[in-house]
Formats: sequence, C-alpha cells, structure tokens
Amino acid sequence: MAVTIDPIEQFELKPLVSLGHIGHQQLAFTQSALYMFAAVGVIALITIVATSSRSIVPGRMQSLAEIFYEFIADTLHQSTGDGGKRFMPLVFSLFMFVLILNLFGMIPYAFAVTSHLIVTFGLAALVISTVVIFGVMKHGTHFFGLFVPSGVPKPLLAILVPIEIISFISRPISLSVRLFANMLAGHIAMKIFAFFVVQLLLAGAWSVLSPLPLFLTIALTALEFLVAALQAYVFATLTAIYLNDALHPGH
Amino acid sequence: MAQPNPLTTPPPGADTQVVPGHVEHPEGHTGAFPPFESSGFLAQLIWLALAFGLLYYLMDKIALPRIQSILHARAERLRADLDQAQAMKTEADAAGVAFETALRDAQGKARDIAQTTRNELAAEADAKRKALEEQLNAKLATSEATIRQRTETAMGNVRSIAGEAAAAIVERLTGQAPDRATLDRALDATAH
Repeated sequence: MAVTIDPIEQFELKPLVSLGHIGHQQLAFTQSALYMFAAVGVIALITIVATSSRSIVPGRMQSLAEIFYEFIADTLHQSTGDGGKRFMPLVFSLFMFVLILNLFGMIPYAFAVTSHLIVTFGLAALVISTVVIFGVMKHGTHFFGLFVPSGVPKPLLAILVPIEIISFISRPISLSVRLFANMLAGHIAMKIFAFFVVQLLLAGAWSVLSPLPLFLTIALTALEFLVAALQAYVFATLTAIYLNDALHPGH
Repeated sequence: MAQPNPLTTPPPGADTQVVPGHVEHPEGHTGAFPPFESSGFLAQLIWLALAFGLLYYLMDKIALPRIQSILHARAERLRADLDQAQAMKTEADAAGVAFETALRDAQGKARDIAQTTRNELAAEADAKRKALEEQLNAKLATSEATIRQRTETAMGNVRSIAGEAAAAIVERLTGQAPDRATLDRALDATAH
C-alpha cells in the first residue's frame, strides 16, 4: 500500500475566475489574488473598523492596531530619523500585508501568497524603485554618491564602486528571495513531516514511531509562526534601512 | 480556508483515506515548480498591484491618520491631566503654606491677646486693691480720730465728775461748799 503526497501541490495557483490569455500569460482571478484581497480586508478590519470609535482607552482590536502602528513607527524612526515619516504608509502597508499573508499561510489548507517569488519580488521592486525615484528626486545626481564610499583612496574606488553597485542591485533580489524562500521551505517542511506521520501510521509495526514526526511537525508549526512574523519584520526593517539611503545618501 | 476547487488533488489530511490498491501519482502540476510557473506572473503582479494599491490607499488616507490622531489625542489628554495634577499639587502646597502661616499668625495673636488680657486684669486688680487700701486707710484714720475725740471728751468729763465729787466730799466734810477756783487749783495740782 502506497500513499503519495506532493509537497509542492500546495503552491499551485488555482484560477477561480479565468479572464483569458495574453500570449503565454494566463489572466485569471486566482486564489492567490483572493488571499491578497482578504489580507487587505483583515488589515482594514484591524486598522479601520476597530479604530472607528477612536477611544481614548482602546479595546483589544484598537490596541492591536496601535501596537502595530507604534512598532512600525519606532522601527522606521530608528532607521531613517524624522525624515522617514512620509514613508510610514509604505512601510506599514508592507509590514501588515506580508505579516497577514504569512499568517494566512499558517491556516491549514490555506495558500501562502508570499511563497511565490513573483509576489515578493513585486514588493521588493516597489521598495527599490521608491528608493531610487525618491533618492534621485530629492538629491539629484548626489544620490549616486551612495555608491562612492567616502574617505577611501582613489585606486580602491575602482574596486569598491562596482561592489557597491552590485550590492545595491542585489537588494531587491535578496529582499524578495529571503521572504519567498523562508515561506516556501517552511511550508514544504511542514507538509513533509506531517506526511511522515501518515506514512508511519500505515507502516504496520513502524507506526509506534509516528509520534516523532508528529512532535516535529508541532515544533515546525510553532517555528513557522515565528518565521511568519519575523520575516514580515525583516522585510519592513530592511525597507526602512533602504529608504534611509534615499533620504541620506552620503556614506 | 480550504479552496473550493474540485479539480485539484485532495488536501493532505485526505491522503489517509486512500483506497487500498489505489496509487495516486503526483500529477497535480504540469511539471514546472508552481512558484516559478511564469504563465501566472503577469496576473499575479496585476492583482498584487491592485491589492497593495488598495491597501496603501486605505492606510495612507484613513487608517494611519486615524491611529495617529488617536495616539496624539491620548498623549495630549495625558499631558493635560498631568499638567492639571501638577497645578493642583502646586495649589495644594500653596494652601498648605498659607495654612501654616495663618496658624502661626493666629497663635501669635492668641499669645498677644492672652498677654494683654493678663496685663489688663493685673492692672485692674492693682487699681482696685489700691482704692480699697486707700478707703480702708481713710476709715482707719477717721476711726482713730473718733477714738481720740471720744477719749478727750471722756477725759474732760472725768475732770468735771472729779470736781463735782470733790466738791460733794468737801461739803459733806466741812459743811460748806468750796469755791470754784480753789477746786480747779486742787484739780490741776492732782491731774499730773
């Protein structure tokens, strides 16, 4: 008797409403899109519906919204100082969006939107283009001084400037791959270990060992909750750090 | 949160209900690793842009200004309350000091009044005593004068009584009344 499982089946896009094709591209309202809008709905519930009473003494949900707000405001202020306030909506939206999507992924049978590279890359590209566009608008060509470390002998600059440029270009890649890979690997690991439980239970005498992968699955689930929150925080913090370059390009 | 999609393989929990002898093959996807399936990229990016754009708009226009105003209002309220408490404390301290001063003043005044009263009473008592003493002295003097007068009168009477008695005695002895002048001379001679 064999039971098989496909640990990557959970990442498949499932079109709910198909809207046709443009060349190779399939246009459809997928479950991924549904989860994105659901996340927007949940965030709106926490930050808008729960705060509508504007209580001086907050209720639980309003308190949650205030905690998120102050947490992101503190993170942003630490990285960018006072000038970073204008990026509060961006960083807050990114943090909440990634956090809620990651947590959605933790619901059994649910889909983890952030396990798709194109989504995390889209968000990272938004961050980096904001940095570049704002940096050039505010500082003009001076923004590119970002790639020229100060107080370095001229001959060394020939080596350092390309390195700085490569490190800048790799930012959106590392930002998106970090989140995507964490979510993907975590969900695959959970699925595989959970499947081990099933396999061992069906393996006759070996079934006495089935609690081992069960405990591992429980531990992994706890770890994945941590990762879900941590990756959202990392994404927001790195965004704030990159935005600081746009505000203060001098090295 | 299960996806209502009958076309896909059953969720992992359902794998335990596999029919004996039936082997299920992982054919749910078309070969490519789903996260790298490029045919869905454009749609994903479009939906991401729409969803994130909506989220950004809601956060920027409604949620964040509202939360900020709530936090600001709370901070203001706390500051105002603390200021008020500080003002009240200052007021209470001032009242305490004023009370202390008033108490000290009142105590001083009370001491003054007591002293004055004591002095007045002492003076009054003194005056009364003096007046009484004078009155008594005056009475004493009057009494002494009266005694002296009475004594003198009495002494005067003694002379006349003695004269009459001597005249009577002489008349009895001699049968003839002595003349007045002789009698006076005799009296004066024996008076001392």
